[in-house]
Amino acid sequence: MSSTTSTAADRGARTTRAKRPDYLSAAAGTAILAVLLFPLYWMVNTALQPEAALAEVRWVPQTLDLGNFGRAWSSQADNLLTSILVALGAVAVCLALAAPAAYALARFRLPGGRAVVFGTLITQMVPGIVVANALYNAYVELNLVNSYLGLILADASLGLPFTIILLRAFMVSIPEEVLEAGMVDGAGRWLVMLRIALPMSRNALITGGLFTFLFAWSDFLFALTLNTTDAVKPVTLGIYEYLGAHVGDWGAVMAVATLSSIPAAVLLVLAQRYVAAGISGGSIK
Amino acid sequence: MTTTVRESAHATGTENAERSRSSRPGAERRRVVSQWLFVVPAVLYMLMFFSFPLVRNAVMSFQSYTPATYFTGEAPFTGLDNWRAVLSDELFAASLWHTLLFTLGSLAGQFVVGMALALFFQRRFPLSGLMRSLLLLPWLIPMVVAGTLWRRVLDQETGVLNGALQGLQLTDSAIPWLSSPDFALLSVVLVNIWIGIPFNMVILYGGLQEIPREIREAAVLDGAGFFRRFFSVTLPMLKPVVTVVLVLGFMSTVKILDLILALTNGGPAHATETLGTHTYQLSFLQLDFGQGAVVGNVLILVSMVFAVIYLRANREGVTR
Repeated sequence: MSSTTSTAADRGARTTRAKRPDYLSAAAGTAILAVLLFPLYWMVNTALQPEAALAEVRWVPQTLDLGNFGRAWSSQADNLLTSILVALGAVAVCLALAAPAAYALARFRLPGGRAVVFGTLITQMVPGIVVANALYNAYVELNLVNSYLGLILADASLGLPFTIILLRAFMVSIPEEVLEAGMVDGAGRWLVMLRIALPMSRNALITGGLFTFLFAWSDFLFALTLNTTDAVKPVTLGIYEYLGAHVGDWGAVMAVATLSSIPAAVLLVLAQRYVAAGISGGSIK
Repeated sequence: MTTTVRESAHATGTENAERSRSSRPGAERRRVVSQWLFVVPAVLYMLMFFSFPLVRNAVMSFQSYTPATYFTGEAPFTGLDNWRAVLSDELFAASLWHTLLFTLGSLAGQFVVGMALALFFQRRFPLSGLMRSLLLLPWLIPMVVAGTLWRRVLDQETGVLNGALQGLQLTDSAIPWLSSPDFALLSVVLVNIWIGIPFNMVILYGGLQEIPREIREAAVLDGAGFFRRFFSVTLPMLKPVVTVVLVLGFMSTVKILDLILALTNGGPAHATETLGTHTYQLSFLQLDFGQGAVVGNVLILVSMVFAVIYLRANREGVTR
């Protein structure tokens, strides 16, 4: 169906492109958006309606009832804070490891460098549950189960390969003369990287950091498997347990879900171009 | 994440060029060592968090690794016992089958809808950029959240989907989307399609933008209709991008666990049990890490088959 409409609209676009904005396509786009984002709307809509009315949820909230959010907040505020701390920690670990590695892989003629790049690409096929399976047992021996450090280190793995590849691709294109000028001043390789290469790669660093934050924020698997107590509980784990314990209380569950979606929404608004660059970086060139 | 593939293709190219340009004989060892220091931390980390688990899983699958291990500190080798126990369990075959259905069904749906949307957004109209960004939301929210909100939407008695279907008289009785073994896997696939559409759309859209306009316009002048243009011009030119989307999609879909745990917990009656959830159940609920490792290894093997395709596609990208 969509293909037939697009032929018609295709033709329309060509004739009117120069003259008038294509409002027909804009309307079609809005309809597509409405259908695909409806579940998200429903989540917020349910969260805003009082619990009693849930049997007959209205399509639009009649009054602004924040009772569900109140209950959600009182049970999940700690977990949200944990999520933020763990995600920020994962970003720090990831960037600290990725930046020098990417710099060296991009700028130095390292023997074995290609093997490292190849290995980094390959890591993407290792399933998280396999990592968790082995990591849990290693963590037991290292006393890292139920610790912030343990979860931060594990979550950093979600963004590291991606960030290395992204940064490296970016740093390859820094002109050699710029870096050589830094070397002339007598600065060592680390200083040149810190003072020149990293500031120039700001956008790639932001993109890598943003995605690592989102990956760590979204992590459920490591939180579930590497924690056996409530000591370190991110909100993804919180929502899963909350759902199990309050199956009837959809209003509050949807409020928790809404709260946990906020970082994604905020990043999309504030850092739209970085997000787009992260997903499709290669195709922009 | 296409970045990964395409940019690396580009980078390996330059590296080749650099290598041939600078075959300075006898590179100083000290330079090499001090330069390697930049890479060592990341390499050690990746060995610990990616390579070690692979090796440990392979070894563990031949060990009796149970709660007793934590008391005795011993995990005796038991040969093929774990493998025999797991492979003879009907649940394993079912998990493997569900994994394939889930992965291929998700990929097909995500790709077709993603491609349709990518083609649609080729047109220029007001707010199209904003709309494309907003469409990313399902992909950006945590999978557990997506699973939770869809549980609400698909709820048999009070869910909005059944409410709408019955209101429009499309169905007489409420459909047990998640509570019937006949529907659960289908529902999980549909939700995962919803999550994956944005990723497919963005990558394919990027690929479409790179096809020179003149080529498509020439096809129009030759009188080719929409379908003819799509299958004879657009799709062949898009082939490298399509390969990348499908292979990356496969590798990330085959290991999905969070979504299934949040939606169905692998049930009802194991109808949505996959290799991922099966590994989780064996290792972390039954605490038999040895048997869990067996299923995990099979999951890796399945991924590996497609990794080979991925790398071959990658090489193709370089030579292009």
